[in-house]
Amino acid sequence: MKKINRRNFLKGGLAGTAAAAATGLSKNASAAGDFGGYPDSMGVLVDLTKCVGCRTCEAACNKEQGLPEPDLPFDDFSVFDMHGHGGQKRRTTEKEYTIVNRYDIPGRENPIFRKFQCNHCQEPACLTSCFVNAYTKTKEGAVIYDQTVCVGCRTCMVACPFYVPTYTFSSAINPVVKKCIMCYDTRLKFGRPPACVEACPQEVMTFGKRKDLINLGRDKIKRNPGNYIDHIYGEKEVGGTSWMYMSDVPFDQVGFDTHIGNQPIINYVKDFLAMVPMVLTIWPALFTGFHLLANRKKANDENENTKS
Amino acid sequence: MSGKKKKILGMAAMISLAVSFPLFAQMSAEDAPESIELGSIAEIYEPVIFDHAAHVLMVETCSFCHHHTTGTAPEKGNCSRCHQEGEETSSVACVDCHEAKPFSSQSLKAKESDPLLFHVGKPGLKGAYHQSCLGCHEQIGAPTGCQDCHVRNDKGDQLFHSGKYAPVPGESSSGGHH
Repeated sequence: MKKINRRNFLKGGLAGTAAAAATGLSKNASAAGDFGGYPDSMGVLVDLTKCVGCRTCEAACNKEQGLPEPDLPFDDFSVFDMHGHGGQKRRTTEKEYTIVNRYDIPGRENPIFRKFQCNHCQEPACLTSCFVNAYTKTKEGAVIYDQTVCVGCRTCMVACPFYVPTYTFSSAINPVVKKCIMCYDTRLKFGRPPACVEACPQEVMTFGKRKDLINLGRDKIKRNPGNYIDHIYGEKEVGGTSWMYMSDVPFDQVGFDTHIGNQPIINYVKDFLAMVPMVLTIWPALFTGFHLLANRKKANDENENTKS
Repeated sequence: MSGKKKKILGMAAMISLAVSFPLFAQMSAEDAPESIELGSIAEIYEPVIFDHAAHVLMVETCSFCHHHTTGTAPEKGNCSRCHQEGEETSSVACVDCHEAKPFSSQSLKAKESDPLLFHVGKPGLKGAYHQSCLGCHEQIGAPTGCQDCHVRNDKGDQLFHSGKYAPVPGESSSGGHH
């Protein structure tokens, strides 16, 4: 990963500003084509119908990522009854990059469980929003980040459509953002599946190339009529995510946001962001010019007056 | 044809018949051991001592668990489209079809290199065990707790922060739920 120091960051910023100022006037130039993800990137297909809520994935994540000791043992299932503010289910925290929640669905024989972690978007909003370029979407599919440059602005936490990044509020000295990195450093970059995938006893998660997983998911839906909702969540949502989900219960009943749309978040701000450098560079010069022009006569008059 | 040649042919026929004969007889539950130790992938739990004899009494056909490998017809409609005959295979062990490491790069490469491969989505060994056992156990109300089938070992306790590795209440200060 390219190291970013203050000098490079400023250089990049200035170059970008100048380049954007030169080309920024054309709308087509500012709205670059959709990225759509790396062609051979990896992904995970999560089959919610198979999850039994054993929390082994949470335990495996804790160990693999060297996270602090949990508040309760991972075989304590009382956590499924815990609720946060406004009755919301458990969410990822600075010491839990993945969470399993239970949903009791009326009419369904057993409760359904949903594993939650960073979905590793094809076009991540966190990456777009980060002004120190801490985030990287790797060609393997993981969205990773460089903690050493994080300034703690927490814009990524606001930008994320899934509310995934968390903040080390516990650290007074060096608080940083924390989230799942798909085990990039220790596994993914060596071609191995994330720890949670490998630990799962039920093989709820299938690891493979993202494009293969979509075919596999479609095939599963076709061959098991009635067993799945005819939708793979994450195939298209917010421009597609590396982690995708299948369920037999409508997705909005298992904590998925079904209103986030299929546009990558960056599309909402692309045009505006392209205008910012233009405003910052052209407007000052332009309005200074106007100001000088408008005041020229007055200045001349004053000069004349002082002469006489 | 000389007498000698006839004799040889006859013997060959006899031998081939003798070798292939077991294939005609359907494998039966009595051929299986009473209990099987399932421990090839045991890591954070002790191996499972599977009481095969007890489970045989609960199901009508071998194919209920062994799909089509034991000579009885497959139960799922989709499987019987190809495995109609339920031909017996030389091995009935789960591990012979279900890989211990289904997501290794070798395995992913092998799947990718054969576009005609049909069983791409078949579970790995751990998934096959649990999906097969737990699915049924849930349905009939048999035990479904992790430690009902296999006892967690010390390494497992460590992973789960349980038992003697359990967090001491009140000591943990950082983080928490929001």
